[in-house]
Amino acid sequence: MESDRQKHIRNFCIIAHIDHGKSTLADRLIEKTGVISMRDMEEQVLDNMDLERERGITIKLQSVKLIYKAQDGQEYVLNLIDTPGHVDFTYEVSRSLAACEGAVLVVDATQGIEAQTLANVYLALDNNLELYPVINKIDLPSADPEFVKKEIEDVIGLDASNAALVSAKEGLNIEEVLEGIVKYIPHPTGDEEAPLKALIFDSFYDSYRGVIAYIRVIDGVLKPGMKMRMMQNGKEYEVVEVGTMKPQMNPAGILMAGDVGYVSASIKNVKDVHVGDTITNADNPCKEALPGYRKVTSMVYCGIYPADGADYDNLRDALEKLQLNDAALLYEPETSVALGFGFRSGFLGLLHMEIIQERLEREYNLNLVTTAPSVIYHITKTNGEMIEVSNPTNLPPLQEIDYMEEPIVKATIMTPTEYVGAIMDLCQNRRGTFKDMQYMEEKRAILHYELPLNEIIYDFFDALKSRTKGYASFDYELKGYEKSELVKLDILLNGETVDALSFIVHKDKAYARGRSMAEKLKEAIPRQMFEIPIQAAIGAKIIARETVKAMRKDVLAKCYGGDISRKKKLLEKQKEGKKRMRQVGSVELPQEAFMSVLKLDD
Amino acid sequence: MKEIGLYIHIPFCRSKCLYCDFNSYERREKDAEVYVAALLQELSGYHEKYNFIYKTVFIGGGTPTVINYSLIGVLMESLAPYMKAGAEISMESNPGTVTFESLKYYRSLGINRLSMGLQAWQEELLRSLGRIHSREDFLQAYDWARKAGFDNISTDLMFALPKQTLDMWKETLEKVISLGADHISCYSLKLEEGTKLYELNKEGKVQLPDEDLDREMYKLAVDMLFSYGYNQYEISNFAWSGAECRHNLIYWRNEEYLGVGAGSHSKLDGKRFWNHRDIDRYISLAGQGELPVSGLEELSGDEDMWETIFLALRLNEGLDIPGFERKYGVNFRTRYGNALNKLTAHGLVLMEADSLKLTDIGRDLSNSVFIEFL
Repeated sequence: MESDRQKHIRNFCIIAHIDHGKSTLADRLIEKTGVISMRDMEEQVLDNMDLERERGITIKLQSVKLIYKAQDGQEYVLNLIDTPGHVDFTYEVSRSLAACEGAVLVVDATQGIEAQTLANVYLALDNNLELYPVINKIDLPSADPEFVKKEIEDVIGLDASNAALVSAKEGLNIEEVLEGIVKYIPHPTGDEEAPLKALIFDSFYDSYRGVIAYIRVIDGVLKPGMKMRMMQNGKEYEVVEVGTMKPQMNPAGILMAGDVGYVSASIKNVKDVHVGDTITNADNPCKEALPGYRKVTSMVYCGIYPADGADYDNLRDALEKLQLNDAALLYEPETSVALGFGFRSGFLGLLHMEIIQERLEREYNLNLVTTAPSVIYHITKTNGEMIEVSNPTNLPPLQEIDYMEEPIVKATIMTPTEYVGAIMDLCQNRRGTFKDMQYMEEKRAILHYELPLNEIIYDFFDALKSRTKGYASFDYELKGYEKSELVKLDILLNGETVDALSFIVHKDKAYARGRSMAEKLKEAIPRQMFEIPIQAAIGAKIIARETVKAMRKDVLAKCYGGDISRKKKLLEKQKEGKKRMRQVGSVELPQEAFMSVLKLDD
Repeated sequence: MKEIGLYIHIPFCRSKCLYCDFNSYERREKDAEVYVAALLQELSGYHEKYNFIYKTVFIGGGTPTVINYSLIGVLMESLAPYMKAGAEISMESNPGTVTFESLKYYRSLGINRLSMGLQAWQEELLRSLGRIHSREDFLQAYDWARKAGFDNISTDLMFALPKQTLDMWKETLEKVISLGADHISCYSLKLEEGTKLYELNKEGKVQLPDEDLDREMYKLAVDMLFSYGYNQYEISNFAWSGAECRHNLIYWRNEEYLGVGAGSHSKLDGKRFWNHRDIDRYISLAGQGELPVSGLEELSGDEDMWETIFLALRLNEGLDIPGFERKYGVNFRTRYGNALNKLTAHGLVLMEADSLKLTDIGRDLSNSVFIEFL
């Protein structure tokens, strides 16, 4: 039964290309509806992770309940569910979309449609969301809103005549956006009388209350004292508290169909709450669960090891906590000869990987050593068996390999036409296959390439940005696996293979990579008590060699006037520096050495 | 009664050398009188409380010879009751600040070992280091010192200097050897933060020789001095048999010493402590009979053991293992097994009879050796 109450609810998200002003617009909406007083307002309130604010991007989605009195004189509840903007976080975007009926599509009036604008639009359409266009940054001198409107109509096929023209930064026409949300985004139409059906779209761990789940109630009601059931694992809990986010948790007596809020039920184990799962009433369950989410595909893998082996348990606990609200993070234990006990971890992309590493180091105070990122290779053995390999060390011996396949992505690059040549060069260097090019208008083009994923996980973004002065935008999706001539490149230090430095690379690039890797390591490894040969090898064949010369001198000449304390301090400092090194065989490696493979510019 | 070494710091210099980061101050010699008065106060404070006998005295700086020599006389007189018979009494000197008269006077006070800073033979190097004396000044001072009766003269030299060639270094060694110095110290130049040379190097105006040349110079010194009868007894020190500096041996054998004066360091009763570096601060405290100590470190057993090891390893005689085991009640080979295995495997240390010693390579990489015992 559709209720009048639901007619006054709008559940929406904001989608945009990175930097088009999504978070700023969200701030303005919050400010305008007075949820947070101006004084308490810190910029971009929804980005509440330190890291997010520093990088100016949204990683974790958050939600907030706004109360808006519209021009029709009625009060509306607007539930804003924030979405991440970066290409790596497509999965998180789709999570928030499933909790909404509509999306505000923000497009920069000076930039127009970009690769992620399109990617996000397709996601929204997949989720049957109504799109409401907002053209931002109209205060800038180079703004061309009419042109952008036309672009929205031509490229996306969306009627842009109702688009709001705003400047989130200047707070211009924000009211119009709020009106537009009420007017153009459909209200929820759940059945309050039906058995409870609520979607978990996020969760986090609170040390006092256990796991808190962010939910969207589709049908029925949820209130304290009820017995709720997780449909995926059948576990049941008594509801302790429900409420809404303002954006702080604000307890309410009940959540009903159409509402967005949180539920706390003394859930101790983080593993029992699956984002995408459906919550129902244990005493009156619904027949079937919501479709949930497609399983995330981790595209990039790397080994994460504690710098100090004693931190292994802390690292595991930290990964477990992070995984709770980041279902895209995968990890399983692995052991490296060079690095000891750690975890092979899977990520959505390189940015996701960097963010997880930073969060582990900052929020959990861990000192990490990470290995070079890898993708998953499919190895078909001569006995017909197919295995997946993400850690180069696990590659079977050559004679057991029939053929190997690597993941290929379909890449979409949008760029001003003047950079087309530079981008083609770059893609060619990265073993890309040109598929197609379309002109969006006279000055902008969309390039379609197929690229091996392992060519873009290192520094493709950076290379693209530097070659196009930051104007090109990029998005990709997995296409599938293709046969490829791949080899495993090993690095030997002082004659011993260092497993954590091995990587898989296309045979045509092996020599260049090997050489550049050896050079990088020569810079990264400090002189030691003996000469250290650095060799890059494919199988038994050495393809590159460098040498770190032996340290010749490490002496304090003078003990002056009996000042032994100062000498001691210098030696202690030296010892400390040594402790931050990894002993690999007879060689001491600084932590950066393991990441030096990453910085191979070509 | 306790036999210890005494270090007395004279923190004045006519002009600071460009490489120097010691506790010394330019053109403040006018404060020498009150400073020495404070020194006497500080010393008498110790003498009231403790029953010290000094087996060695080392008057260092700064430049002890830059202040009025009668002040050194006052100082020596006050120490007379506490001196052990036959004590080694050393004093540092700058060739540009002595006269035949002053040297005769120093000798008459009982000072029996003179350390002369030459650093380099070549005038252009002396200038580039900011030394205030010439080669001729040095030769004159050396001659006077011999005539004044100093039969134990040490010369300080430096190598790995900016623009110094191997030949220049060889010439320096030859000249000092031919003079017949009893003791020669050879220090590899180290750029210390806060010195002028450090700044000049950072600005790219001064380049240092590379490690390879540094080591070549060091080897040259070791070989040449050996062939002329000088024994290397410490990483940077060479002497004719019997002319080793007994005061410095106290440091390296981790024995007890008292240091007085601004910024001086002491080791007594299992503690290390040090005075305020600032002259004025020092004078105002010590002058009023207060302890001018600015810091103190109580040494744990482990720390003391480590100090004993790394100090002893600087000496060619090495670490006396049975002595160490008696002093600390530990089995050396068990306790430091890992370090010993690693260092022996790399050829950095050598166990010889009952002593642990650095090898030649070990001496080049001594810091890397020392921290293995930490």
